Amino acid sequence: MIDKIILMNGYGVYVWSAFSFTLISFVTLYFVTKLQLSKEQKKFVTKFGSLNVEKANVAKLQNINREILSNTFKI
Amino acid sequence: MFKHFEPNKIFVITSRAPKYILFLFIVVLTIGLVEALILSPEDYKQSDAVRIMYVHVPAAWISLGTFSSLALLSVVSFVFKNKNFALISKSLAPAGFIFNIVALVTGSIWGKPTWGTWWAWDARITSMLILALFYGMYLLAWRIYQDKEQVIKITSMIAILGAINIPIIKYSVDWWNTLHQPPSISILSDNSIHVSMLIPLGIMTAAFALFSLLIFLMKYNTELIKIKNKGLDRL
Repeated sequence: MIDKIILMNGYGVYVWSAFSFTLISFVTLYFVTKLQLSKEQKKFVTKFGSLNVEKANVAKLQNINREILSNTFKI
Repeated sequence: MFKHFEPNKIFVITSRAPKYILFLFIVVLTIGLVEALILSPEDYKQSDAVRIMYVHVPAAWISLGTFSSLALLSVVSFVFKNKNFALISKSLAPAGFIFNIVALVTGSIWGKPTWGTWWAWDARITSMLILALFYGMYLLAWRIYQDKEQVIKITSMIAILGAINIPIIKYSVDWWNTLHQPPSISILSDNSIHVSMLIPLGIMTAAFALFSLLIFLMKYNTELIKIKNKGLDRL
């Protein structure tokens, strides 16, 4: 059974390399995208932290800013 | 109508959805892989090599669908001067490009045991390669040009020009003599593919669509946070 799944009647090398390439592409794209997102989130938190109280309160009026702060590091 | 798609309103959804979509994607992909690699039957002509279809075909479908959406959104963005649609197009492109590459590479791997060659300059394969070039130009344009108005115009032009290639890809196997087989699945006529192969193909397509949605949402959130970072600088 295992041999049949691995060898696939002599086509195993083609089938497994096609599936491996696909999955490696997915994993790479996912982590690159996640890294870019985390970088922007961290940048936002740093910038937000450097604002004075008045400016921070103005920024907090926007839902989207509050949402970014609450979602940071969760994805 | 466009007001409902304003980033400030939809960010609550787009920022929370990825973790659920990732979970759903892993579940659907696992089922799809078991179906595609173990449970589905081998083909009477191609034997087990047919299993490559379960990654090649969904990848090709999604790369074509993504580019069509990208072109449509570019037209809408261009006509209605709506920058959010340009942002959505920009966020769709990376996943579409990767699916295009996956379709080309897995097609090449499938070509060796079935046609005896890794590559042939036939109409379907060449037109898919041209689509990858359009994706590449589109993504590069976003990196090269800094001026917002200019980059939206240029990327819209690339997307609209590239869309001309979509029907060429679709009908290339009918218009020219190609090594590539004609479509086995049709909405308008009977399918020439057995249901035992159609089910894993459907599951893998659903998994790939979920992955595409996941990358799109993560990319869209990144773009929105970039804009908000610039907004904080202006405070």
